[in-house]
Order: sequence, then structure tokens, then C-alpha cells
Amino acid sequence: MTRQLRYFEALREAQAQLLATDPSTLVIGLGVPGPTGVFGTTKGLQEEFGKHRVFDTPSSENAMTGVALGTALMGRRPIVVHMRVDFAVLSMEPLVNQAAKWHYMYGGKLKAPLTVRMIIGRGWGQGPQHSQSLQAWFAHVPGLKVVMPTTPHDAKGMLIAAVRDDAPVIVMEHRWLYNIAGPVPEAPYEVPLDQATIVRRGRDVTLAATSYMCLESLKAADMLSRIGIEAEVIDLRAVAPLDVATLTESVGRTGHFVVSDTGQESYGVGAEALALVAQHAFGALRAPPRRVGLPHIPTPTTPALADLYYPLARDIAVAALTTLGSDRELPPDDSDPRRWKDVPDPSFKGPY
Amino acid sequence: MPDNSRLDLYRQMLRIRLVEERIGDLYAEQQMRCPTHLCIGQEAPPVGVSAHLRRDDLVFSGHRSHGHYLAKGGDLRAMLAELYGRATGCAGGKGGSQHLIDLECGFMGSAPILASTISVGVGAAWAAQLDGLDRVVVVYFGDGATEEGAFHEALNFAGTHKLPVVFVCENNLYSVHSALDVRQPDRPIHALAPAHGLQGVYGDGNDVDVVYDLAAEAVARARKGDGPTLIEFATYRWREHCGPNGDLELNYRSAEEFAAWQARDPVNTYRQRLTATGMLSAPAETAMAKTIAGELDAAVAFAKSSPFPAPEALARFVYPDPADRR
Repeated sequence: MTRQLRYFEALREAQAQLLATDPSTLVIGLGVPGPTGVFGTTKGLQEEFGKHRVFDTPSSENAMTGVALGTALMGRRPIVVHMRVDFAVLSMEPLVNQAAKWHYMYGGKLKAPLTVRMIIGRGWGQGPQHSQSLQAWFAHVPGLKVVMPTTPHDAKGMLIAAVRDDAPVIVMEHRWLYNIAGPVPEAPYEVPLDQATIVRRGRDVTLAATSYMCLESLKAADMLSRIGIEAEVIDLRAVAPLDVATLTESVGRTGHFVVSDTGQESYGVGAEALALVAQHAFGALRAPPRRVGLPHIPTPTTPALADLYYPLARDIAVAALTTLGSDRELPPDDSDPRRWKDVPDPSFKGPY
Repeated sequence: MPDNSRLDLYRQMLRIRLVEERIGDLYAEQQMRCPTHLCIGQEAPPVGVSAHLRRDDLVFSGHRSHGHYLAKGGDLRAMLAELYGRATGCAGGKGGSQHLIDLECGFMGSAPILASTISVGVGAAWAAQLDGLDRVVVVYFGDGATEEGAFHEALNFAGTHKLPVVFVCENNLYSVHSALDVRQPDRPIHALAPAHGLQGVYGDGNDVDVVYDLAAEAVARARKGDGPTLIEFATYRWREHCGPNGDLELNYRSAEEFAAWQARDPVNTYRQRLTATGMLSAPAETAMAKTIAGELDAAVAFAKSSPFPAPEALARFVYPDPADRR
């Protein structure tokens, strides 16, 4: 049987192997060498690779991103780690104005092979400033690449590919994926930064999704299957660039499209995916496509409101039925014993 | 300092002055189609600092960067071609005056977002320290940049790790049209240095001998691994914030203030000093100016006759070519 690792272990292994095989790799960020090692993803790396390569930083997201850029220009391959996407908002200037543009605006003379890991929080009251999913911001900026691996396999392969890529790459990691195990080959490997993957075959409707919403889409596909509808599920994996070929090929077969994203619906990755499908596969669409994502509301903290805020598999399935124009009824949602849906599974204990 | 060195300081300041004046004259032709921030009046800091830099030392700068680029040895022809948006420009026309670069001489780039290159320069200094090199990084910025959080963050990191950086603040008293005293409390900028674990020094940025001496100490300190220094140079911009003209009619600074600073013209006062001590004669000075003018004529002709980038260049370099993966 293939070796199983959890998502956070796959990320740790990717970084350990990069540090071991490429002396230019650096891992920097607040708490990177700390006792918890950014939810285990960097734990023990400093002991193994030294404090000059695995580096605790001041709480200075802005300047430390510029510092990482400076080392990248000089041939290093830094990985900057943010425990939350929200903290990386403080580094928008060096990412958007600087790192994204140094290759272009100096006529190709410099490269900025910088990787920035950002963790999307959710649940247990992460609230308005610990849970944002801002991939669309970064995807909007020419010069940046943005990926959102869903499986432990892709987490390792995309992080390795990101660090080896000469462009600045944002890797968005959903906290609710961290404890999920999956097959991960031991030797280092790369997963391309620009390819979606079909994770379930189906003929009736295409459900494309990013990150954690991919798992919800798979659950939605199960629900739909129980009422005779076969959904195809696509894990987008890369959001910039978005793999339009895989989407249009799938929609060409199914004629129906639903996209789900961990971020806000408006101006989001879902909006972009719908636009691309409309542009490239309009003739194949048999009904208006749908998107599922967060409403235009900041994240509330109390579970009483957060549970209303986050869309679930059932919402995706309803969207699929809507675009299909189907009046079939979904099976009752009786499998989930949780009172609050603000934790990834019932075994979970706060805080985090 | 040997006489030759002092003559060279003068020659370089004169060269920057003449380049900037030429750009100012030609700008009205509307062919240099990019924001351009002239450093006339501020020639001494780049010249006095660069006198201590090796070719493999690195310089980062902000929007008012022509002097920093030229003093470090940046290619004049490629700079002018860049201002004219030509394919032969130092950034292939994609950067303009605000994004000069010349890797051959260690001029690593300039950017007009205040304080943005300070942390990037600190990162390059950290890389040098990790590599065990005795390379020094100089970052130039103005008084406005010292109000940005990124400035303090970068100094904090450089101070914590004793990085080989010299932070050069050219305090010209205005951020665009806003005076220093409405932006900062009544304390000197260089006094911020000790709070971040740096040495802070201050000097007359219009006297290249003073610049030379302060920079000598700061560069040597950084090179020895004794840590970073923040040097604040008092200086003054003569032309408008952005563009070739004067701007006294805007009334944000007084004619008296301007005249007082013009009397402290870094080029002219140094010419007088060298002349008084017999180091520089009038004919030698004339010959110097003539040589520079000739170089400038050729550079302008090169720039104006260079081709514009081909349409294919538009989408090139958004992402590095995977074929060039290092």
C-alpha cells in the first residue's frame, strides 16, 4: 500500500526535502522554528537544517516579504510562511508592487523565485480576521502564480514545484485539510502549477472547486448520485493560471457547470471560472452555470452565524439541481451529528 | 583623500548635474514619456557614498535615482534609452526613469513606492551575510520613506542581525509638496537609528567631503560585520518633485529658503573649494564639462535613434521562461 501522510506532514516533508536537496532553500516566518512549527508544517526543520536556513522573523510581514524578495534576487529560494492569509495582507505592497513585477519591469534581468505559504483559517470562531480566503486578490496580479492544493499528494508536489519555479508563487493551504491523510510518494516530485485534475468522473454536471470546497463537492456528488445524477468533480488546484482547457473539456461533455470556491463569490475565483467557461464553452452550456462561495459578508465569529455563512455540500448539490433544472429531491441530511459545523470533524477540540 | 579622488568627486557631481540638466532641457520635447524625478541639488550623497563602494557592492534606490545609478557606474546610454522607452534601455523600456537597473555595476533596481526597496536591499544584505561575503549594500531613500512602517521593520531586522547595510536618507525636507515639519515630530531622522540597534549619523549632504567621510566609516563598519548605519544627509531638491521645471510658484516653499539652499549648491561650492586650493583650474574645469557634454550628446543620440520595443515584447517577462530555469 502506498504510504499515507497527512496534509501537514506532506508540507513538512516537501520543505525538508527542498532544504536537503537545494542549499538555496530558506524557510522563514514568524514561529517557523517555534514549538508548534506552524501547525506542524515546519516543526523540527531548524534543528535539522540550522538557524540560518530555517528562520524566525520579527512580526514584520511587509519588510520580511521584501527581505525574502531580496534574497530571491540574489539566488535564494525563500519560503515565507504566514499562519493566516489575513496576516499576509500586511505584505501586499512587496508582493503586488514588487515581487510580482521585478522580472517584468527590469526587462527580464532579475528573477524573484519566492514562495509564500498562506493558511486559510475556518471555524472555531476564526472570525473576520483569521479566516479570509483572498486567493482572488493575488490571482488578479500579473506576475504572481496562485495554487490551492487539496490533497496531501498535491500539497507536497505543488509546494516543491512552487519553490523550484522562478516566479513568485502563492500557496494557499486550507486549515481544514491539514489532518486529512492520503497517499504521498516519499521521493520528491512536482505537481504542475497550472493544471486542474478530474477527481471523479460523471456525465451530468461538472462540479469544479478549489481546496476544501473540493471535498464538499465530492460529498455533493455522492448525494447527487443517490438520486441518479452523476457529477464530475474537478479539483482546480491552480487558480492562477486557471486550467480552462480541463474545464471546457468537461463542460463540453456534461453541459452543466457549478463552481465552488473557499472565498467570496463576488469578483472571486468562481466568477473567473464562470467567465472563462462562458467564453470558451458557451455553446456546450445547456443552462446558466452556478457558483457557490461566501456571501458578501465578513466572517462572523459565533457558530450560530458562521454555520449560516459557510456553504456545504448540500448547497453545491442544490446548485447542481438548479442548473440541471431538476426537481428531484436530495436525500435528507441526517448523516452529520454535529451541533455546530465550525470544526472539520467531531473529534476536533478547540482552540486553534 | 588624494587630490585625484577629490577631482573625481567633483567630476562625477558635475556629470550628474549636466545629465539632469540635459534631461530637463529635453523633457519638453515630450519624448521621454515617463515620470522623471531629477536630483539637481542632491548630487553629493551618491557621489560621496559610491566612492567607497566596490563594483560587487549593491545599491538599491527609490524614485529619484539617476544620481545613485550614475555614481555607482550605471550605463548612461542605457539610462537615457530607458527614459526614451527604447528597447536598448536598461529595462528594455518597461521600467522608465523610476525603474533603473544595471546589474553589471551592482545597481540592483529602483522603485517609486516609498520604502519599498529598503527591505529588498536588506534581503540582499542578508544573502551576502549568509554567503560569508564582505559585500556591502547601500539603500537610498528620502525623508518621506522614513514615515513608512516598512522602513522601521527593515531597520529592526537589519539591526537585529547586524546586516552589512548602509541606509542613506537624503532628507530634502519635502515629500512631494508636504513639508517635513507637518509630517514628523521635532526630532532628527537619524535619531531613529539607535532605537533599531543601528548607528545613526548626520551630515551636510551638500558637502561631498562630509558625505565622503561619513560614508567611509559606515561602509567600513558594514564591511567588517559591525552592523548597519543610518546616515541622514541634509540636502535640497531644486526642481519640481516630478518633472523638469521649477515650482516656486506653488508656494509650498519660500523663495528665501530656495535661495539659501542654492547658495549651498554642492557642485558650485566644491568647485570653489577645489579652485581655491589650486586643485582645479578653470581650463581643466572647462575641459571636464566639455568631455561630459560630448558623452551626453552621444548618449542622447544613441537613445533617440534606438528602436522602440517590438510588439512581441509586451507579454514577455510577465513570468520567467521555464527554459531559463536556473
